[in-house]
Amino acid sequence: MNWRQYVKKYGLIEWPYPVRYGEEREIEADVLVLGGGIAGCWAAISAARKGLKVVLVEKGATVKSGSGGSGCDHWLNTPHPGTDVTAEEIVGWELEMTEGYCNALSRYIAARESYETLLEMEQMGGVIRDLKDEFKGAPFRDEKTKFLFAYDYKSRIHFRVRGSTFKVALHKECKRLGVKILDRVMATGLLTEGGRNGARVVGATGLHCRTGEFFIFKARAVVNGLSRHQRNWCFSTEIRGNANFRPTQIVGDGHAMSWRAGAEFTMMEKSLPTSFASGNVFQPYSHGNGINTWVPCTMVDANGKEIPWVDRDGRILKTVEERCMPAPGQRFMGERTQGYTHKRPELIPDLEERIRKGEYTLPLYADLTGMPEHERRVIWGLMVGEEGKTRVPVYIYYNEAGFDPARDLLQSYMFLGGDPMRGSVRPQDRTGGEIGDAGGLVTDWNLMTNLEGYFAAGDALFAANYHYHAAATGRYAGRKAAEYAEKTKFSPIDRKQVARERRWVYRPLENRDELEWKELNAAACRIMQNYCGEYKNEELLKLALISLRELQEQDAPRVCVDNPHKLMRTLEVYNILTCNEMIVHASMARKASSQILGFTRLDYPELDPPEWKKWILLRNEEGSIKTRDLPLDFWKPLKENYEKNR
Amino acid sequence: MSEEKIYAFPNGCTPGNPVTFDPEICNGCNLCVDACQVDVLIPNPVKGKPPLVLFPEECWYAGCCEGICPRPGAIQIHLPLPQRVRWKRKDTGEHFRVSR
Ligand SMILES: Cc1cc2nc3c(=O)[nH]c(=O)nc-3n(C[C@H](O)[C@H](O)[C@H](O)COP(=O)(O)OP(=O)(O)OC[C@H]3O[C@@H](n4cnc5c(N)ncnc54)[C@H](O)[C@@H]3O)c2cc1C
Ligand code: SF4
Ligand code: SF4
Repeated sequence: MNWRQYVKKYGLIEWPYPVRYGEEREIEADVLVLGGGIAGCWAAISAARKGLKVVLVEKGATVKSGSGGSGCDHWLNTPHPGTDVTAEEIVGWELEMTEGYCNALSRYIAARESYETLLEMEQMGGVIRDLKDEFKGAPFRDEKTKFLFAYDYKSRIHFRVRGSTFKVALHKECKRLGVKILDRVMATGLLTEGGRNGARVVGATGLHCRTGEFFIFKARAVVNGLSRHQRNWCFSTEIRGNANFRPTQIVGDGHAMSWRAGAEFTMMEKSLPTSFASGNVFQPYSHGNGINTWVPCTMVDANGKEIPWVDRDGRILKTVEERCMPAPGQRFMGERTQGYTHKRPELIPDLEERIRKGEYTLPLYADLTGMPEHERRVIWGLMVGEEGKTRVPVYIYYNEAGFDPARDLLQSYMFLGGDPMRGSVRPQDRTGGEIGDAGGLVTDWNLMTNLEGYFAAGDALFAANYHYHAAATGRYAGRKAAEYAEKTKFSPIDRKQVARERRWVYRPLENRDELEWKELNAAACRIMQNYCGEYKNEELLKLALISLRELQEQDAPRVCVDNPHKLMRTLEVYNILTCNEMIVHASMARKASSQILGFTRLDYPELDPPEWKKWILLRNEEGSIKTRDLPLDFWKPLKENYEKNR
Repeated sequence: MSEEKIYAFPNGCTPGNPVTFDPEICNGCNLCVDACQVDVLIPNPVKGKPPLVLFPEECWYAGCCEGICPRPGAIQIHLPLPQRVRWKRKDTGEHFRVSR
């Protein structure tokens, strides 16, 4: 029965949870972890292992929430005893792929600690080996350890894992260690010493998304595991949840509250065109997507004609196994195809042209039927079965509908305008945080931000991405936060700041009942499309700021809120408006265009001039924007810095 | 003509039907309600009855609700109509659509 049917039968329904707007709960923690995703759970576990009192605040349901909550099929970039590839080389790949715009600091920490983290995952109940011998004898399996590898069967740094077991195991371990988990609580603001902007972080505030109750957290150290910004350029009022690559709950609350408190950010000016965030395309990962889960699947055209794979030198690869072997002279392959040194094989690069000329006929299909059996089973089974968002809606669902990977060809929407990664894209439909590396918090080697006592991990960090990275940096930040908490006293909470935060949280309840939050979000996106889209200049960016302000002052107070859930959604959009302002300020600060950042300034058209190949750091100091620069390689030397600080 | 009352409902949102329940199998334990990270579902005001879908267009379609349900068949997620993909049987050339 859906809501409409129910209302017809029984009449209007009252809100099912007790409503406690304005009631306050005060909670103390040695280490307060905001966000119960991958990084947050790992941070909570590693702090709790030190015997500290840990509180975990999660807007959704910790057992499943976050980008990695429903699964993870590839655990990347992990040096281990079975490979000679080093952490330095792995970061080297990422540096090449991003032309230096890489958070080498956190990536290095992750690469150094990823293997230990993975083994601990196993101890908690995560499945990381082929214990049932389903893939015995496969070229991607290590017979001794039973580890399975992806993409590069020779150097073996990318693991194939059964990541749908991970989040449940992390949740269980948090509970076992006595972490106090508060689900359905949205972190709304940071509390700082004396209530001052830029001061030490001494706690946070929160809102219960079902009851509307207000939370005041007092802590000796705080970890941000809140991921990053989404829905800044694109928002589908209709297919809304499914138009986000990262979960619906992730909008940049963490970025917005950190910004208000004075934390430093970088790379917020980055954005790329995207089609899926508009809601007009297929669900990411629901079809023959060649980016990672489906590698190295055979692709055929409508007549069954196979499309060749080529290596980095354009050599045609004849067998399936060749697609997973480094090219002659190649040390190892990365997970993505960018850059030459570690480029992975891909379909012929001029495929689109050849389709136009009639050499191949649309539509294309992913053809698992003729592949070696273990390859077929590892893609349609382990990979599609374990990848985030694909277990139930793809693997189980298609199987039930009758899809048989040994007989059937799955249609690929590449080149039909539906592929999330290519397809037909309006240049103003952009993504900042939805996919890949994004702007975020800057930290030192303790993963502590410029605000003392405030740590960050996972996708909340600038230029961050991936499950292994969130896990390893979460674990590291939790350890560092615990060490910090152990030698730090609680600071009193500034009651005036609490009152200000409370006012911010509940103000929407007094709003004029005219609009709903979705309209506000759509308007925020339109401003970004118009004035901070594909092309930028000083005048457009000024207009962006004026328009965002207008929206905040004139229209935000018109948004109606009829229950705590909608209050939460409305606050999210307020945070999106803040993130949009951050993006515009960052765009004003970079007075040069950049290819890798997807950043075009009409008034500074030169692409990547050497003097602008640097990080621009921004922070909000009591309402005025302060910037400073850091060289792209500020993290140097990696090994020494890591070993000194770990 | 049926005697059914006609109500003044506003337009619903799209997609309107991300999740359905089989009332014969579901016992209203609300495990799915509490596992949904988005809070799309609410408990049924009548105890023991299937949850209600209150915020359908917020659904992220990862299927965590279905994944956690202990009673097979009690809950099913449904991809939005415009997002259903097709496949072709290689030997017969027949075309199919993910239909659930
Ligand atoms: C569909 C999908 C598949 C992926 N597959 C892979 C893969 O196979 N391999 C890989 O390496 N990477 C993969 N990734 C990327 C990887 O999952 C992420 O990089 C990783 O989960 C980031 O971890 P995190 O802890 O930083 O963020 P998340 O795990 O997303 O956690 C953030 C948490 O913060 C919570 N939150 C947000 N706002 C608030 C608030 N205001 N208050 C309280 N809580 C809040 C959210 O609910 C969420 O639980 C995938 C991502 C997606 C979306
Ligand atoms: S669908 Fe399953 S989990 Fe949800 S209430 Fe019914 S029985 Fe419980
Ligand atoms: S598919 Fe996910 S978002 Fe949708 S109702 Fe189920 S658990 Fe919630």
